[in-house]
Amino acid sequence: MTAHDPVLPSRPNAGGTTYVYDQFDAAFVRERVAEFREQVERRLAGALTEDEFRPFRLMNGLYLQLHAYMLRIAIPYGTLTARQLRQLAYIADQWDQGYGHFTTRQNLQYNWPKLVDVPDILDALADVDMHAIQTSGNCIRNITADHFAGVAADEIEDPRPTAEFLRQWSSAHSEFSFLPRKFKFAVTGAEHDRAAIMVHDIGLRIVKSPAGEIGYQVAVGGGLGRSPFICKVVREFLPRADLLAYLEAIMRTYNRFGRRDNKFKARIKILVHERGLDEIREAVEAEFAAMDRAPFAYDTQEFVRIAAFFAPPSYAKLPARSASLETAKLENRDFADFVSVNVAEHKIDGYAIVTVSLKPIGGIPGDAASHQMRVLADLAEKFGLGELRVSHAQNIILPHVKKDDLFALWRALDTAGLATANAGLVSDIISCPGLDYCSLATARSIPIAQAISRRFADLERQRRIGELGVKISGCVNACGHHHVGAIGILGLEKKGAESYQITLGGDPTFEASIGELLGPGVSAEQVPEVIEHIVEFYLAERQGDERFIDTWRRIGHQRFKELAWREGEDGSDI
Amino acid sequence: MAGLERPQILLASDLAHGDVVFLGASGWERDCHRAKIVYDSDAAAALQAFGQAEIAKNHVVDVYLADVAVDASGAPEPLHYREKIRALGPSVRRDLGKQAWLRRSGDAM
Amino acid sequence: MALISEGAFVEDSWRRLADEEALPKSGKIIVSLSRLHAALQWLGAGSALGVFVPNTTDPAALVGALPRLSLIAIAFPAFADGRGFSLARLLRRAGFTGELRASGRIVADQYLHAVGCGFDRIEIPDDLAERQGEAQWRAALHARSLSYQRGYGAGGSILEQRRRGAK
Ligand code: SF4
Repeated sequence: MTAHDPVLPSRPNAGGTTYVYDQFDAAFVRERVAEFREQVERRLAGALTEDEFRPFRLMNGLYLQLHAYMLRIAIPYGTLTARQLRQLAYIADQWDQGYGHFTTRQNLQYNWPKLVDVPDILDALADVDMHAIQTSGNCIRNITADHFAGVAADEIEDPRPTAEFLRQWSSAHSEFSFLPRKFKFAVTGAEHDRAAIMVHDIGLRIVKSPAGEIGYQVAVGGGLGRSPFICKVVREFLPRADLLAYLEAIMRTYNRFGRRDNKFKARIKILVHERGLDEIREAVEAEFAAMDRAPFAYDTQEFVRIAAFFAPPSYAKLPARSASLETAKLENRDFADFVSVNVAEHKIDGYAIVTVSLKPIGGIPGDAASHQMRVLADLAEKFGLGELRVSHAQNIILPHVKKDDLFALWRALDTAGLATANAGLVSDIISCPGLDYCSLATARSIPIAQAISRRFADLERQRRIGELGVKISGCVNACGHHHVGAIGILGLEKKGAESYQITLGGDPTFEASIGELLGPGVSAEQVPEVIEHIVEFYLAERQGDERFIDTWRRIGHQRFKELAWREGEDGSDI
Repeated sequence: MAGLERPQILLASDLAHGDVVFLGASGWERDCHRAKIVYDSDAAAALQAFGQAEIAKNHVVDVYLADVAVDASGAPEPLHYREKIRALGPSVRRDLGKQAWLRRSGDAM
Repeated sequence: MALISEGAFVEDSWRRLADEEALPKSGKIIVSLSRLHAALQWLGAGSALGVFVPNTTDPAALVGALPRLSLIAIAFPAFADGRGFSLARLLRRAGFTGELRASGRIVADQYLHAVGCGFDRIEIPDDLAERQGEAQWRAALHARSLSYQRGYGAGGSILEQRRRGAK
C-alpha cells in the first residue's frame, strides 16, 4: 500500500486537484450503497415502515417531494473533476429528466428519480468517487467550503483538506447519526468569507496564531430557518491536532442537550441562544478535557496525507499581464464586460478564476442541462486543468484558466448559452426550488427569480447597480438564504394565496447580518416592481461607488421603509 | 352523514416510483381528472381508510384529502395552489411532469 | 420484548422489576433508576443488579454505583432519539464494563451504530421483532465492515487500517 504513504502520496486523479478515494473509501461507499439497496428492498417488503425508512433514505440524500423523489448528491467542498461532472450528466440522462439543480450548499439535486432506481444511481456515483451520503437527515451534512479554495489570493490555507478530513470523520458516525436536527459545517481559509460560514451550525475559519501556527477559529450556533442566528465564536484558536476531538466534544454536548421536544427549536443555534455561549463553552471545554485523546493520536499525519491530494496543480510560468487578453477586451465590449464581472484574480500570475453563471436572464437559478454539464466538463479539460467548482451562489467556477485562454473560453461559453455576465449582480439570484418542486414550500420562488431577472435584463443597468445579492426562499426553512440577502424574499401563504415578504440588509460574510423586514407581504406580481423601487432609491441615495448594503447601512432601514410606505400610499399594496 | 364544505379527492405518492397518484373508481390514477370525488364526511372517511390500508400494504405514502372544485365536465380541480401544482407538475417547466404526459396523451390541457 | 445479542435472538436471563414489585433477595434484577439506591442497600453480594435509565441520565449520577452494576439498560423512547448513543459512550468512558443494553424502538439498521457506541445487546418490543426478524439483525451486523471513526467499536477504523497498510 504505497498509495497511502503520508510522505509521498500518489496523484492518480491528475486531471484535477481533489481527493481520490483509496480502497477503504471506495469500499466504504460501496457498502453504503449495498446497505441502501437492502433498505429499499426491505421498505418495499414492509420490514421497514415509512417512518423507520425515512431517516435512512434521507441519510442517503433521498427526499419525497411534490411530484417525485428527489436525490441530493454531495459535492464535498464544491470541487468536481471533469470526469465527475460528465457522470452527473450521464445520470441525469439515464435515470432523470436530463438536468440537475445546483443548490446553495454545494449539492446537486435530481428531481425525478424512482426509488427503485436510486441504488443504481448511487453505484454510478461511486464509480467516480461520489455519493449522496448525509446530504439530508438529522446528521452531519455535506461539508462546504469556499469555492475559490486553493486559488484565491486572500487565502491563508486551502480549506478543502480540512473539509475532506471532516467528511471522513463525520461519515456514518456511530454516535452522531441521530442528532436532534441537521448539522451543517462550512470551512474557509480566506480573509473574505465566500462560504457563508457564520450562518452554519459550525463555521470554521482557518487562522494563524501569533506564533505562526495554523489552527481554527471555531464558531458555533449560526443558522437560518425560522429563527436566524449568526455564529458565535466558541474558541478563538484551536490547534489543528485538537480539531476532531474538540468537534466531537461539541457534537456530544449538542446530541445530549439539544432540544428534541420541538423541531423548530432543535438546532444548536437554539441551544446556544437559550443556554448562552458561556454555558455551552464551559460544557464543551469540560467534555473536551475529559476525553480520551489516544484515538486522535494520528490525526495530524492523516491530515497531511489528505492535504497532499490538494497540492497545487502544475501551473505554467506566465507573465501577470496577458497581452492577448488586453487586446481582446479592447476589440470586444461584451467580452470585456464578462471579464470585469465574472473573472476574478487568481493567486498565480497569468491565471484567472472564471465564474460560469447558471443564471441566464429569465432562467431557473442553478439548473444545468446535461448537455451544458458536458460542455463545462470539456471546457474544464481544455482550459481549466480538468477542475470545476460549485459555489453556494449556485454557479460553476473554472478555477484555473490562463488569461491567454479567456477569450476562447468565453466564445465557447457564449455558444453554449453559458456566458451571462452577471456574477454577483442583481440577476445572479440565489433561489431555492420553492413550491415548483419542494413539498415543504409555502410559495413558489423560481418564478419570482425569473421575473426579477427579466425586469433587470439590461446588463449595463445591472453593472451600474453593482454588487447586489437577491436571495429567495419558498418557506421559512430558508434554503434560499433570504435572511442574508441584501434583498431577501420569503414566500409565504396568506389567505390561500402566495405572498412575499421582503427584507433588506442581510449579509452572509464575516460581517454577517440578518435582513430586516420592509413591510407586509406583497403578491407575486408586485415583487419585481417593489424591488425596482428599492433599487432606484438606492441609486438616488448612494455616494460614490457604495454597494447597496453600504448605502443601506449608512442611511438606515427606516428610510427604505418610509419609501415603501410612500409607495403604498399611492395605491400599491406594499 | 354530514356534507363537506367542499368536495374532496384523495391523493398520495406512489412508494416505488414517487409519482403523485389520485384515488379513482378502481384504484390509483396518475391523472387528477380521474379521481373519485366525495361530497360527504362518511365518504371522505372511507377514502381515508382505504388510503391507510394502502399505506399498510406499502403501495403508497403521504395520503391526504384535498378540496376540489368540480368543473362543467364533472372533473375535479384542486382548489389550493399547492395541489394544483401537484396535479400538473412544475409551473416553470411545462415540458415536465404530468402536464407534459397529459398533453402527449391528448387528455385535458 | 425480544433480546438480540451478536446478531441472534436470545433468552433474557434478567428480570426487569416493576416499581411496585418487592425487591427479591437474589437473582438477576433490573430496577429503575429511582430504586437504584434502595436496591444497592438491600441486595446481597450474591445477586446481580442492573438498572434501567432514561437517555437523559447524567452519567455522574451512576459513577458511584458502576462497580456494583452488572447491567445498564438505556431507554430509546424513539429510534430517532440518539441521546442513548452518547450516554453509552460516556458510561464506557467512565469505566463500566458490564452489559450495556439499548432498550426500546431501535431498528436493525442502527445495530452497528449501537455496537460502535459500546452497547452489547438490544432489546426491542415484540411488534418490531415481528417485522424485523433475526435474519435482518444478523445481516445488519455485517452491513458495513468499515468505519472512519477512531475509538468506536472494536473493528479498527479505516485510519488504523491505512496506517497498517502504509507501513
Ligand atoms: S426554503 Fe423551503 S421551499 Fe425552499 S427548498 Fe427549503 S424547504 Fe423547500
